[in-house]
Amino acid sequence: MNILVSIKQVPDMEGRFVPNASGSWFDQTGLAWRMNEYDTFAVEEAVRLKESLGGGARVTVLSIGPARVVETIRKALSMGCDDGVHIDDPEAPERDPWQIASMIAGFAAGRGFDLVFAGMQSEDRGFAQVGVLIAERLGLACATGITAFEWRDGAMTVERELEGGRRCRLRLKAPALLTCQLGLNTPRYPTLPNIMKSKRAALTVLSPDSVGLESPKASSENFRPHEPNAAGVILEGDVGALAAQVVAILESRAAILGKGGAR
Amino acid sequence: MKLLLVGECRDGRVTAETAELFGFAARLDAEVSMALAGSVDDLPAFDGRLYRAEGGHEFDATFHKRLVLAAVERERPDAVAFLHSSYGWDIAPRVAFAMQSAQVSGVVGLDDGGYVVESCNGKMRRTVKPQTSRAVLTIQPGAFAAAPMEGSPEVIAIEAEPDSAIEFLGCIQPERGVDLSRASVIVSAGRGVGSAEQVELVRALASALGGEVGASRPVVDAGWLERARQVGSSGQSVSPSLYVACGISGAIQHLAGMKGSGFVLAVNTDRDAPITSVADLLVVADLAEFLPALTAAIQARK
Repeated sequence: MNILVSIKQVPDMEGRFVPNASGSWFDQTGLAWRMNEYDTFAVEEAVRLKESLGGGARVTVLSIGPARVVETIRKALSMGCDDGVHIDDPEAPERDPWQIASMIAGFAAGRGFDLVFAGMQSEDRGFAQVGVLIAERLGLACATGITAFEWRDGAMTVERELEGGRRCRLRLKAPALLTCQLGLNTPRYPTLPNIMKSKRAALTVLSPDSVGLESPKASSENFRPHEPNAAGVILEGDVGALAAQVVAILESRAAILGKGGAR
Repeated sequence: MKLLLVGECRDGRVTAETAELFGFAARLDAEVSMALAGSVDDLPAFDGRLYRAEGGHEFDATFHKRLVLAAVERERPDAVAFLHSSYGWDIAPRVAFAMQSAQVSGVVGLDDGGYVVESCNGKMRRTVKPQTSRAVLTIQPGAFAAAPMEGSPEVIAIEAEPDSAIEFLGCIQPERGVDLSRASVIVSAGRGVGSAEQVELVRALASALGGEVGASRPVVDAGWLERARQVGSSGQSVSPSLYVACGISGAIQHLAGMKGSGFVLAVNTDRDAPITSVADLLVVADLAEFLPALTAAIQARK
């Protein structure tokens, strides 16, 4: 069993985002970087599957980006992936999903992966396209946004999340690509020995052109903060005073908190 | 502009959100046609061509792709618009790949010849412009008001072949038991509460306000509160007169479920969090300090 996991390094979303010089995306300086949360579920599920199969399964983890993404690849190795692949591409954060998928599919083509796990979307761009585009390029069956995965005899049963809390159960056969939704599993914390081991692991480093980078299909501009609620009031300071202020504001709206006690 | 809309059927009905695709088309003043797979009694009411196929199941992605591509072939639209839903994000990239076209996901607005989308978990926005002659779009539910549905479509039957790659085993209905839809006060816990123990602070405030406890998705995924309390597009839609968002950043899926609230009080340490786009009042404070203070201040009124 040959498994590929595709992961992305993203900034911590609590960070402060400032447009870059062209306004196409955010300035990358001063941000803290980590694995895209959806991708942590992809790594965990791949490693669990490998462990459940005993020997004979291998998990390759791949990420595209500048030198700093090596740290995130090593994180995936410390969680139990076997081989790390770094497509060394400083332009990756600005590339559109078409380009990213062209590289990942270009790497995977001909390598005989039985299963590919990816996050459902990235937290920064949130387009939810790359996984499905890879599947289409490689001709793989594909299920998106899975919240459960069970493997049995060359086929898998998955649950996909729908609107309003409904889920559907689907069965598909390998080779297949699955995009992972929040709630699929609880990613493990790597052990110290595994962290040390991952630091020494040799990675395969490839150039974008060697894996078939294609031209973009869309451009991005005018990166900006969302418009805050114009009517909104912001309060900060001493919590005791804040609580009194908030109660006064809620009381001034009779429909919310009438005088004489809460409902 | 010619727009091919892709309607959605769930459980034999056209979804209510499908009308939002017509609202989007109206904003572009586009000439519309629609592709719709599945058997339904109530066809969407509009004047235009409606491409229909039956036979494949609801989750047979290849069947749905084939229908849309057949409609694209006949209609030659400038853009194909899906909803950004579990259906849209599953099918749209397959169609975009077959068309070798740009896809813009989660459109929330129009801007300077481009499409406005959210970034960084809803904290930021940007404008995306397709560089291909045709484009595939997914429209964020809730971003465009539904258009009134009237008229009668010209129905064109399409023979799209079902595919056996994905076998449908059935649906699982959500756990219910807590109906938040009628609560007048909801105090919701988000990832920012930090731990299961801290959820008690949220419970105490809800109790002081005589309200219900709600949750954002990460809190439910972490097992800090039961799934039946989840607010958002994958949980319940609520419209209380007071909604208190405690440590909730405000992902668009959460906002979709609570933006009908009368007054929104957000408590968060990040003053740029997207919840501020819907908050009437933002308190920038540490939850562990502020929630007990607010609870005490409310109890003191009685």
